[in-house]
Amino acid sequence: MPSVTYKAGGEGLERELTVEIHEQDATPWGADAVLRLVGGEHPRPDGPAKATGAARYTYDVARPRLAYAGSLLCPYAHARLKDIDEAGARAVPGVLDVRVNRGEYRHAGQAVAVVCAENEHALGDGLRALKATYEVLPAAVTVEDALKPGAAEVEPGKGNREVDARRGRQGDPGAFAKAFEASAVQVEAEFRTQIQTHSAFEPHGSLSDPGSGGEAVVFASTQATSAFQGLGRNLGLDGPARVIADHVGGGFGAKFGPMSGDQAAAEFARKLQRPVKYMCTRREEHLVGGNRPDSIQRLKLGGTKDGEITAFGGVSDGTAGNGTGGAGAANTIVYRLGAQDMEQGAVRTFTARGAAFRAPGHPQGSFALEGMLDLYAAKAGLDPLEVRRKNDRHPLRALQWQIGAEKLGWSTWRKTKPGAGKGPVKRGVGCAAARWGNPGGGKWNVEVAIARDASVTVRNAAQDIGTGTKSVLQIVVAEELGCDLARVNVTIADTRFPPGPGSGGSTTAPSLAPAAREAGLRAREQLEGLLAVEWSTEPSKVRLEKGLFRGPGGKKASFEEACGLIGEQGLSVTGQRRDNWKSADGLGETAGCQFAQVAVDVETGVVRVERVVAVHDCGRVINALSARNQVNGGVIQGISYALFEERRLDRAQGDMVNPTLDTYRITGMADCPTIDVVLTSVVSGFNNMGVMGLGEPATVPTAAAVAGAVFHATGAQVRELPMTPDRVLAALARRPS
Amino acid sequence: MDPQNRSGVTRRGLLKGAGLAAATGALMRAGEALAREAADANVRVQGPGPEKLTLQVNGQARELLAEPRETLLDALRLPLDLTGAKPVCDRGACGACTVWLDGEPVYACTLLALECEGRAITTVEGLGTPSSMHPVQDAFVKDDGMQCGFCTPGMVMSCAWAVKTHGKGLTEEQARAATAGNLCRCGTYPHVLKAALRAAKGA
Repeated sequence: MPSVTYKAGGEGLERELTVEIHEQDATPWGADAVLRLVGGEHPRPDGPAKATGAARYTYDVARPRLAYAGSLLCPYAHARLKDIDEAGARAVPGVLDVRVNRGEYRHAGQAVAVVCAENEHALGDGLRALKATYEVLPAAVTVEDALKPGAAEVEPGKGNREVDARRGRQGDPGAFAKAFEASAVQVEAEFRTQIQTHSAFEPHGSLSDPGSGGEAVVFASTQATSAFQGLGRNLGLDGPARVIADHVGGGFGAKFGPMSGDQAAAEFARKLQRPVKYMCTRREEHLVGGNRPDSIQRLKLGGTKDGEITAFGGVSDGTAGNGTGGAGAANTIVYRLGAQDMEQGAVRTFTARGAAFRAPGHPQGSFALEGMLDLYAAKAGLDPLEVRRKNDRHPLRALQWQIGAEKLGWSTWRKTKPGAGKGPVKRGVGCAAARWGNPGGGKWNVEVAIARDASVTVRNAAQDIGTGTKSVLQIVVAEELGCDLARVNVTIADTRFPPGPGSGGSTTAPSLAPAAREAGLRAREQLEGLLAVEWSTEPSKVRLEKGLFRGPGGKKASFEEACGLIGEQGLSVTGQRRDNWKSADGLGETAGCQFAQVAVDVETGVVRVERVVAVHDCGRVINALSARNQVNGGVIQGISYALFEERRLDRAQGDMVNPTLDTYRITGMADCPTIDVVLTSVVSGFNNMGVMGLGEPATVPTAAAVAGAVFHATGAQVRELPMTPDRVLAALARRPS
Repeated sequence: MDPQNRSGVTRRGLLKGAGLAAATGALMRAGEALAREAADANVRVQGPGPEKLTLQVNGQARELLAEPRETLLDALRLPLDLTGAKPVCDRGACGACTVWLDGEPVYACTLLALECEGRAITTVEGLGTPSSMHPVQDAFVKDDGMQCGFCTPGMVMSCAWAVKTHGKGLTEEQARAATAGNLCRCGTYPHVLKAALRAAKGA
């Protein structure tokens, strides 16, 4: 394996790095690489299709003889079916088939029956004709109710609480108790975060077409085309189904595999031998389409008088519904916290299962941890930013804190005393940090094909859920080939193409882009080889320079001219995602921080976010335009989490009382502040481009920064999300006068 | 025109959601009763079965079969295969289904198709195509006014209305007001705003 030494890092944190690379891999672009397209601002290639309505999402796919399926959802947290009029539903004109799922239902939204019909009207008529009645059973749908003695158990005999298997228990109780007792400044508080539903605008769903003799195919709204291939079994195929997801209307972590409705649709399709589409309704999407678990975090923090944290511990309880995975709050992972003792409890409730949601565990952990830092700073009389800087360990974040503070005018703002100024509107600022660090991986292949007419096609099975994956592949391949972006067509999201990753963990770009680069490079070498033959020289004497291939004796050829040498059948090469290398020292995890400025009306309790400064790292930036869009989106979703979103359940019966987009509020245009995005671009190491992901960290610190700003503005810390007017007023009422 | 006064059956909620249509038999009976009432009052009766409608969509007369309870959104998407307008909230809360009716933005999910006969309907497909985009669509591409893109057609229609209405002088406040009824889950608002203002400059 060749050994390469190059300059990684960036932003004043350059480091010389020596790595062993695979012989097929491209040599790394260092921090000093001069690149024509990578790092610039480029409109995404599917932009015109999306802006004109030409983009076809799964919801939009039409097929001859298409039938529609949908579910009757259980309206109770815990119930058994008493009676259902299956025959009545079957008698409805247009109803093709009915399937009743008998048994015990353990959350509202569970499918009691699935109906398949000629059209959506008949489907609705059929579902209403089922007239199900239920025997309602005891249930507990909140963490507190599920922990009460005698509460109904989701898994009888097991109790409702378990210590989260993944984040479970950390630290050393004895050492923590000692350090906490000994600390000069001690703070204790309870923080609560809500359940947030993913609410992707295109709901979960799929269309299964048995092909009727031709090729069977599944269209799916998914973050992982590969995960839907298993529907082949439901469709009655011998092997995996071909899955297509040309455009996906959002995912945010909840669209990693088929739901029961998708399976039912495929089975109807098999039985009826006609295509069947299943799309969740908005209510269904809210109820069962995934959610971020809530949390009650009771925490203790000890520190010195000058801002060094010496002890951090406590107990967190949250519910991920009737399962236990992912209920923990990531509240210990950003700062140096001294001695620790943290327990993460997962509480089973009679509610639909949580799902990975954009930085699982992080926003809830961040809200509580940063809140503890704010409390500590207030008690010790220290600047909250200084407390953070003092206990931070990331070399890049040190720079980011500085950039953000200067942009916002932190030191001037912090001279304002809480509650200062005339009138009911008080202003303040807060800040919080983000950490991420998954460099991606997997042996994914990206194919690059070039035709004689100089059209380039990039192929991979991975999907673009809106993050700009198509754009990333286009830019990287065009960079290597030295051609215009417009020459490169990205055709992905079809499992006929080489396998690709699911879009999760902010790993799609770092998992695919290096393979695309390798493919682009190998394709370019083939063009150089063709030119070498044409020019009767050695391939090594042909090189790409400023958009032109050049050879000895002043020979030159444009990309288009070089492509003219390609044979009839075209040229195709495949690049592979090689194993990760080591990271540049201290830059193996991505850093970010955000600053928020808010206005709080202390008479009405209304919080408005006026400005956010978001400073983020994603390794090397590939497309600065779509990267900024990702950060803006993360901040806006974070504001939504901070101020508006909350799944509210009927505590007795367990059904969601706000399963619509007018009652489940999300950030709108009018709530949207001025957002300054700063991307600190560093070469992380790890792969031939130094690229990392960005989607998740950008939403982690927003709610905490907003909460810190509300605290600064009013002197009252709101310890429960979302910070709705009633909670703000309650916190103000508790504030010591 | 006040749609509430235009026909006996206005919002599909009446038939679809209010439980009137618990079974088709009941629906037929309700339909017959309505028909009798209507005959007395000399009102045109439609349904409950599919009826032929003619809609003026993007400058073309389009014939389709639709039940009276068919929303404009479903009529555009299913029989006419114009899938730019998207179903998201199903109740006039998110704006992903925004189209123009006689040049004004409306939520296609809260109008009945039959209410829109004889009126000029413009969908996002009517503004431009990928190879020949409307200036607002072009600005959305340039400023990346989209992520997943599911809300984008609605956003485009609202922004194009704002540019059409306010022209070069479009202010940020006016652009924000024009899109206040369009939600975006990905949070593309800053990019949408920029695109609207860019397009207005060229108007």
